[in-house]
Amino acid sequence: MSVTITLNQGSGGKQTHRLIENVFVKRFGIAEPLTDSALVRNRGMDIVFTTDSFVVDPLFFPGGNIGKLAVCGTVNDLAVSGAVPVCLSAAFIIEEGLPEGDLVEIVQSMADEAEKADVKIVTGDTKVVEKGKCDKLFITTSGTGTINPDQWHISIGERIKPGDKLIVNGSLGNHALAVLGARNQLSFRTPVISDCASLNHLIGKVLKISGNIHFMRDLTRGGLATVLNELAAMIGTGISINEGSVPIDDPVKGLCEMLGFDPLYLANEGKILIVARAGDESKVLDILKSDPLGKDSHIIGEIMDDRRSRVILNTVSGGKRILEMPSGIQLPRIC
Amino acid sequence: MKYIDEFRDKELVSKLAGHIKNIARGDLTFMEVCGGHTSAIHRFGIKSFLPGNIKLISGPGCPVCVTATSFINKAVGCSRLKDVIITTFGDLIRVPGTTSSLDNERSNGADIRIVFSGLEALEIAIANPNKRVVFLGIGFETTAPGTAVTIKEAATKRVENFFLLSAHKIMPPAMEAIIKDGVNIDGFICPGHVAAITGSGIFDFIPVKYKLGCVITGFEPVDITQAILMLISQVNSHDPKNEIQYRRAVTKDGNLMAKKQMEEVFETCDAFWRGFGIIPGSGLALKNEFAEFDAEKSFTFDVESKEDDGPCICGEILRGKKSPPDCPLFGKGCIPDNPIGACMVSNEGACNTWFKYSNNECNNYT
Repeated sequence: MSVTITLNQGSGGKQTHRLIENVFVKRFGIAEPLTDSALVRNRGMDIVFTTDSFVVDPLFFPGGNIGKLAVCGTVNDLAVSGAVPVCLSAAFIIEEGLPEGDLVEIVQSMADEAEKADVKIVTGDTKVVEKGKCDKLFITTSGTGTINPDQWHISIGERIKPGDKLIVNGSLGNHALAVLGARNQLSFRTPVISDCASLNHLIGKVLKISGNIHFMRDLTRGGLATVLNELAAMIGTGISINEGSVPIDDPVKGLCEMLGFDPLYLANEGKILIVARAGDESKVLDILKSDPLGKDSHIIGEIMDDRRSRVILNTVSGGKRILEMPSGIQLPRIC
Repeated sequence: MKYIDEFRDKELVSKLAGHIKNIARGDLTFMEVCGGHTSAIHRFGIKSFLPGNIKLISGPGCPVCVTATSFINKAVGCSRLKDVIITTFGDLIRVPGTTSSLDNERSNGADIRIVFSGLEALEIAIANPNKRVVFLGIGFETTAPGTAVTIKEAATKRVENFFLLSAHKIMPPAMEAIIKDGVNIDGFICPGHVAAITGSGIFDFIPVKYKLGCVITGFEPVDITQAILMLISQVNSHDPKNEIQYRRAVTKDGNLMAKKQMEEVFETCDAFWRGFGIIPGSGLALKNEFAEFDAEKSFTFDVESKEDDGPCICGEILRGKKSPPDCPLFGKGCIPDNPIGACMVSNEGACNTWFKYSNNECNNYT
C-alpha cells in the first residue's frame, strides 16, 4: 500500500497523535507536553497563543455555523489554559461559487460571538480558490490571551493529586450528532442542537471562586474519552469515571444506541473537563450550575492513587472496564 | 431512557450475577454468536462480575469479520473502475483486502460513500445517473430484508445504474458448522436481532440434533446475564432447549413482512466465510429475476483471490477455537488503527473489543 494520509489520521485519536508526533512535533521542535494553547514567555511578557482550523460540513447546523464555531473554538482553547482571551485573527479559504449571503451570515455570527465573548477580531486573510479546491469554506482562527502566573500550571495539570474531582459542565455528544443530522445522512429528524458556545466567562467565574482548579480542557474532537486518556498519560496516574454520572441527553443516548456510537467519544463545542482539588468540588459545581452554560454540570469521577496511566470506567450496570483512547473514526454499525 | 435504563439496572444485574454464582457448577463455556453481544459484554464489563468458572467466547456473528478477503478485493476492484461510486456500511471500509482496503482507495481518490441503508445508496444512484453505483450488501438476516426492499424499489423505479455486491449470509448453517467442527461449548447465547426477523424457530434444531442449549438474547446487561443464568439452568437440569430471553422483540414467527421481502429477492447459495471456508447454503444471492442488479454479473473484476491471512488467527477465533490474546499479532502488528485481520476492524469484532476494553487487565483491578 502506498502511504497516503487517510481520514482516520484526522479523527483526534491515536492516529492523529502519531501524525502530530512524527511529522510536526519532531520538525518544529515543540516542547512537550502538548496543550491546547502555548505559553510564550518573552522578556517578562507572558502570553498564551493558539490556533485552530475549521472545516465543518455542512457550514450551517442546528445551534451554529462554521463562523461561530471558529470563534468559540479558539476562545475556549485559550480559556481552558487559564488565560483571558484578548484578540483573534481569522483567515478564510473560500471556494468560488459560495453564496455571498452565506459568507455574510457566517461572518456576522463571528462578530456576534466575538462580542459576546468580549474578544476582538483584529486581523485576517482571504483567499478564493477554484471550485473543487476546497469544500465551500475553511476558516482558521488564531488567538492570544493574557495569563496570571498563578494559572500556568492548569494546562499541564502539574498540581493534580489523587482524590481530585473531575467535573463536566453538561451533557456530551450534542455537537457531533447535530452536525451528523444536518448532513442529511440520517433519514429522520433529530431534536439535537449543537452545544457550540464560548466558555471564557463561565471559566472566569470558576477560577474566581476556586484557587484550586488543577486542570481544564475542552472536550472537542475525540470527546471526553480522548481528553481523559491524554490527561492520564500526561500525569502518569489512573482516573476513575462513573458512567452513570456522565450527563448525556436522551436524544443523544437514543441516537448513539441506534448508530452504535459511544457518546464518550463524540465531539463537543461547549463542554469542558475541570479537575478541582477535593473539597472544592461543591462550590465549583454550584457556580457552574448557576450559569446557563453549566446548568447540567456533574461530578463524573476522580483521580486515583494508582501509578498506571489508564482510565477505568465503572459502568452503569456495575461492571468495570478500561476506557480506551479512540482509534480511527467512529463508524456507524451495520445492524 | 425507557427500554434502556431498566435493562442496565445495577441492582438487577448484581442479583442475576449472584444467582449465577450460586448455581454454576464446574467450568462452563458459552458462545455469544452475535458481534453485538461481544461488544455489549465488553462495553458493560459483564465479564468483570461473572464468576471465574463461566467463560464466554465469541462466535461468527460479526458480519465484517466473516466477510471473505475476496469480497473486499472485488469491492476494491470495483472502486477503481471509472465512474463507479461504492456505497457501503461504515465498518467495511477499513477491512484489509489482499493489497488494499476501501479506506486506502478512498484516500487515492475513489468515490466511496458511507451509507446507513441500501435505500440511501439507491438515492445516490438516482441522483447520479451517469455513474454506476454499487452497494456492498453485508450482514445477516438483520440487514438482508433492507437490501431486499432496496432491490425491489430499484426494480419498480427501473434504476439501471444500481448494483448489489452481495455478501449477505444466514446464521444457522454457520452455527452448525461450528458444532461439527468440534467446538467445546455448553450452549449458545443466540442472536436476538436475527431471531426478531426470522422467528425463534431457526435455532430449534440445535438442542434437538446436538443437545446444546440456546437462549435468544437481547443486548443489554440484564438480558445477557439473564440468558447466562437460563443456559446454566438448562445445563444443570440436563434439558437443552431453545428459549427466548429477548421476549420484548422476538416471537416464534418473527417479522413476516421482512421474511417475505427476503424470500422474494434472495435465494440461498454456498458462501465463503472467513475462518470456515465454504459453508453450503449459508449465503444469499439475488434471484435470477433480479440478475440485472447483480454486480457479480455486471462487472468484470480485476482482483486477487487470496484468502490466506498469514499468521492471523481470525479464523480460529471465529470458530471459537482460540481467543484474541492467543494470536501472535494481537496488540503487536494488529491493532484497531492498523488491523491485519477483520476481527480487529469492526466494533463487534472479538479482537477489536478485546483490545479496546482490555478486559482481563481490568478484572484484576480492585
